[in-house]
Amino acid sequence: MRFSRLAAIAGTGLLVLGIASCSSTGGKPRESEGGGGGGTVDTPRMTIAMVTHEVPGDSFWDLIRKGAEAAAKKDNIELRYSNDPEAPNQANLVQTAVDSGVAGIAVTLAKPDAMRAAVENAEKKGIPVVAFNAGQDAWKEMGVKEYFGQDGYIAGQSAGERLKSEGAKKAICVIQEQGHVDLEARCAGVKNTFPATENLNVNGKDMPSVESTITAKLQQDPSIDYVVALGAPFALTAVQSVKNAGSSAKVGTFDTNAALVDAIKNGDVQWAVDQQPYLQGYLAVDSLWLYLNNGNVIGGGQPVLTGPSFIDKSNIDAIAEYAKGGTR
Amino acid sequence: MSTGTTVDLSERKVVHDERVKERNKLQRLVIRPEMGALIGAVVIFIFFLVVAPPFRGPDALATVLYGSSTIGIMACAVALLMIGGEFDLSAGVAVTTSSLAGSMLAWNFHLNLWAGAALALVLSLAIGFFNGYLVMRTKIPSFLITLGTLLMLSGANIAVTKLVSGQVATPSVSDMQGWDSARLVFASTLPIFGVQVRITVLWWLLFTAIATYVLFKTRIGNWIFAVGGDQESARAVGVPVTRVKIGLFMYVGFSAWFLGMHLLFSYNTVQSGQGVGQEFIYIIAAVIGGCLLTGGYGTAIGAAIGAFIFGMVQQGIVYAGWEPDWFKFFMGVMLLFAVIANNAFRNYAAKR
Repeated sequence: MRFSRLAAIAGTGLLVLGIASCSSTGGKPRESEGGGGGGTVDTPRMTIAMVTHEVPGDSFWDLIRKGAEAAAKKDNIELRYSNDPEAPNQANLVQTAVDSGVAGIAVTLAKPDAMRAAVENAEKKGIPVVAFNAGQDAWKEMGVKEYFGQDGYIAGQSAGERLKSEGAKKAICVIQEQGHVDLEARCAGVKNTFPATENLNVNGKDMPSVESTITAKLQQDPSIDYVVALGAPFALTAVQSVKNAGSSAKVGTFDTNAALVDAIKNGDVQWAVDQQPYLQGYLAVDSLWLYLNNGNVIGGGQPVLTGPSFIDKSNIDAIAEYAKGGTR
Repeated sequence: MSTGTTVDLSERKVVHDERVKERNKLQRLVIRPEMGALIGAVVIFIFFLVVAPPFRGPDALATVLYGSSTIGIMACAVALLMIGGEFDLSAGVAVTTSSLAGSMLAWNFHLNLWAGAALALVLSLAIGFFNGYLVMRTKIPSFLITLGTLLMLSGANIAVTKLVSGQVATPSVSDMQGWDSARLVFASTLPIFGVQVRITVLWWLLFTAIATYVLFKTRIGNWIFAVGGDQESARAVGVPVTRVKIGLFMYVGFSAWFLGMHLLFSYNTVQSGQGVGQEFIYIIAAVIGGCLLTGGYGTAIGAAIGAFIFGMVQQGIVYAGWEPDWFKFFMGVMLLFAVIANNAFRNYAAKR
């Protein structure tokens, strides 16, 4: 067929073109770095399940998982990671972990009531459960041993105080997933300490629409002088919106990723509220190892807070290196 | 038999019954598929002009047009495919696939970004070809085939990104060769009469114009209507049905590539979870613009108007400063209004 031959020729041509035209700048680091294979413990190998409400493809969860994997490697643990953003499905994943007889379970409790039955089944079978990232109000009464995380509302309050201390007049809090419990809690916290805050819902699955919606809001209300984003990718988009709208609003955000480091360095983004997701993942796994091997419990029945702390120009250099490596 | 009788034609009157009635120009205009959408758009536009003072400025129009253009570029291709009688549910995720591929191929193999873009184009066209080929070969409805592709692509997006870059977002490519020139083509901003207009708006208008020309002035356009109207009859009169449909799927692939490049060159890093659910927005825009879900009917201009309505409602609600928790509800009301206006108008026009 003439058509297919033409397509094949065009395809080959493009491939040749692609191989011939290289970029001498940027791209993947050319020399491979030696992997730091640290020592491991000599306790017997065991399996731990980690079940989260991760929405696939969010860079925040990368950090949690990396922390968990680092701890698993050190502790001679086989980590079984699974996730589902829908609470009933997540509960099923916990149940399958219980059924397969894992040694311990680390779970996020974004919607605690939906998770209760599965978590209690685990405890009935004598499988220790720790919670992290979400569920600060519910973990204790469910019989969960420990909790590592940041309270969304408290983190929001500290962001609001930061706005006040910087002399902001009016702020918007950009929610990328309408109805998400922790995101709404953060914005409620911001509003609590900085009352001149308005929420703005955007479609987080579609960046151009995020950009135009924030632009539209800034044009609609020129008195807005601070944009608070709830995730690093959205903060970077908000920076573009501010430019589009010709506004002089500043941008602050929750959570970090590698690209955000440069934005904080050059002043596009003022600060990021860091809840140390790597630490949450790490502690969740490591605490189970401690409990299973030595009966230790971290926190003395209180939640172990991993945040909030602020990353801004004053401390970015100390963190930048780890962020580029994908662990902060 | 006498053949000598002469018929005096000058006395004869031509019978006009309603079947061969000439339509006047106005009627011909109002029965166009996109007319209902156009009137809906005008009404919504005036509505927001009244209720939202910030909506009145030219800057606001530029923002609305940008939001519409990224929907419209895809809606144009999706509308053509729907006229051809097929759906592509993988269209939203295919956009993300394309920008991920362009970014990571260039990054991983140190290619010029234009080469990365070219390889991404090959991939996007291949995905379109794959969809079209399977639909034509298996005779399974495209709704199911592309639902499979949608799931496959959204999984592969995340898995491959993680394999290559070790995280779920692609690494920055803004320091690589070809960035500046590619950004100029795919994601620049042009000052037009003092208003900063995004270049996607111009591309959107261009693609719509080309699609309109192809649909109404070329043989290929006739083929598209024919295969969407009745595939078997079209084949019987010699229309290359398989090639037309595969071509339409590949055009969706091309548009997904174009929008994917826009995302890559305007945001630098790409989140691999993006794009899920966008396919319905493209189909909604096409339907608002007068495309029938059954195929064989619709226009590219209609899809552009549909995208404009969508962009306008999305940003207009923000300009009006309404309670954000109701955002989606308002959007639903507006869209329902547009579709009903469209439908009522079409029925009214059809009766004339």
